Amino acid sequence: MKKGWKDIPIGGLIEQAGSAAEYKSGEWRTFRPVRDEKKCINCLICWLYCPDSSIKVKDKKMVGFDLEHCKGCGICASVCPVKCIKMEKEQQK
Amino acid sequence: MSKVVALMGDQAAAEAMRQIEPDVVAAYPITPQTEIVMTFAQFVADGRVQTEMIPVESEHSAMSACVGAAAAGARTMTATSANGLALMWEIVYIAASTRLPIVMPVVNRALSAPINIHCDHSDTMGARDSGWLQIYCENNQEVYENIIMAIRIAEHKDILLPVMVCQDGFITSHAVEGVKLYEDKQVKDFIGEYKTAHSLLDVDKPVTYGPLDLQDYYFEHKRQQSEAVKNSLKAIPEIFAEFKKHFGTAYDFVEAYKLDDADMAIVALSSTAGTTKAVVDNLRAQGKKAGLLKPRFFRPFPKEKILNALKGVKAVAILDRSESFSNQGGPLFTEIRAALLDLPQRPLTCNYIYGLGGRDINTEQIKSVYAELEKTVKDKKVKNLVNYLGVR
Repeated sequence: MKKGWKDIPIGGLIEQAGSAAEYKSGEWRTFRPVRDEKKCINCLICWLYCPDSSIKVKDKKMVGFDLEHCKGCGICASVCPVKCIKMEKEQQK
Repeated sequence: MSKVVALMGDQAAAEAMRQIEPDVVAAYPITPQTEIVMTFAQFVADGRVQTEMIPVESEHSAMSACVGAAAAGARTMTATSANGLALMWEIVYIAASTRLPIVMPVVNRALSAPINIHCDHSDTMGARDSGWLQIYCENNQEVYENIIMAIRIAEHKDILLPVMVCQDGFITSHAVEGVKLYEDKQVKDFIGEYKTAHSLLDVDKPVTYGPLDLQDYYFEHKRQQSEAVKNSLKAIPEIFAEFKKHFGTAYDFVEAYKLDDADMAIVALSSTAGTTKAVVDNLRAQGKKAGLLKPRFFRPFPKEKILNALKGVKAVAILDRSESFSNQGGPLFTEIRAALLDLPQRPLTCNYIYGLGGRDINTEQIKSVYAELEKTVKDKKVKNLVNYLGVR
């Protein structure tokens, strides 16, 4: 049960920093990014351009997508210099 | 020590602003509010206030800058009229919903078209559902005192809503009257220092203002706003009492003038209430039981005070200086008439729409309304529900 009007801060104020991470915007997605690992050169240009910080990086290497927040905008696929990311329709999965 | 100074309504507003010395004023000049911004800008230029004055490029920007400043925790003011208020409309709602205690003198002026710069209440009456509190001033003294009081009302912890302090364009704003000004220190002591609990600039306690709300919480936030307006009915009398203690002037949500034993009454806002008082005195001298009710506040809507004042009256004419085109009467009329339904025995009511676009309202016209009320009392019947006073 979500909180009622007596129990939330007034005026839409959010009192915690960084709470946007709790908002799962990935549900909005129509197209999902799919990466061909063999083709990827780990240049991280996708990480630089992703507007939702949804490119996961570990040890300076691209390791996947944060699909809870990726909205499927396709910018990563568009900027990838080796075209290793394809946008696939969600229901095809 | 107070002193009486000859001031226009706009200058009285600017004097109040000088004494309040807000942290931020963002404003754009528009007739007949111009003298407020002009006079205050001079205070800033002369170094008489430390206020950060933002000369914006439009009223939309003025209210936007005010929202930003108030969210940062600054005591914030602006001022406007008519089309200026219309241009800031989008942000007017945002200021109230974000619960920012901005105080805005509004000099009431007709909305175009056709073009008109003179007084009616169509501008602020349109904003009655915006979530702002609204005070209507009869004269220059009330303009001065209500603006000072509005600061405390807006910033009250149980309210936290923006407040419009309305005066009649030209009739009040450009008429010179003696205004009793209090000492700067007295005013500063009364308003105190403003401290927000949530500053947008507080990096140690970061907060987000104005996030996406959608179906999740928007309804709950609106419910909170209703509660805040309801709370203001309890909190504002505390501020009245403190104002009286501090400055000696007693205020209430409404002013009842010779209403105690009245058979007939007029309800009118702002400067027209003053004109009506002269007619009431005249009729009383002739032995006629006439009275006046002047609501000072339209938001919060002081329902109990209005019912209490009108319960013994036989016929009431409610005067509206704006038209809502419902053909059911103006906004003041429809709300008061609806409230009166809760009385087991209620007065007969009718509506007069008057003074649109600054059309003069004089004592003869008001006398004719009382004459019609006399007939209504005698016939026990309202002849015409919605009337147009002074139209050709």
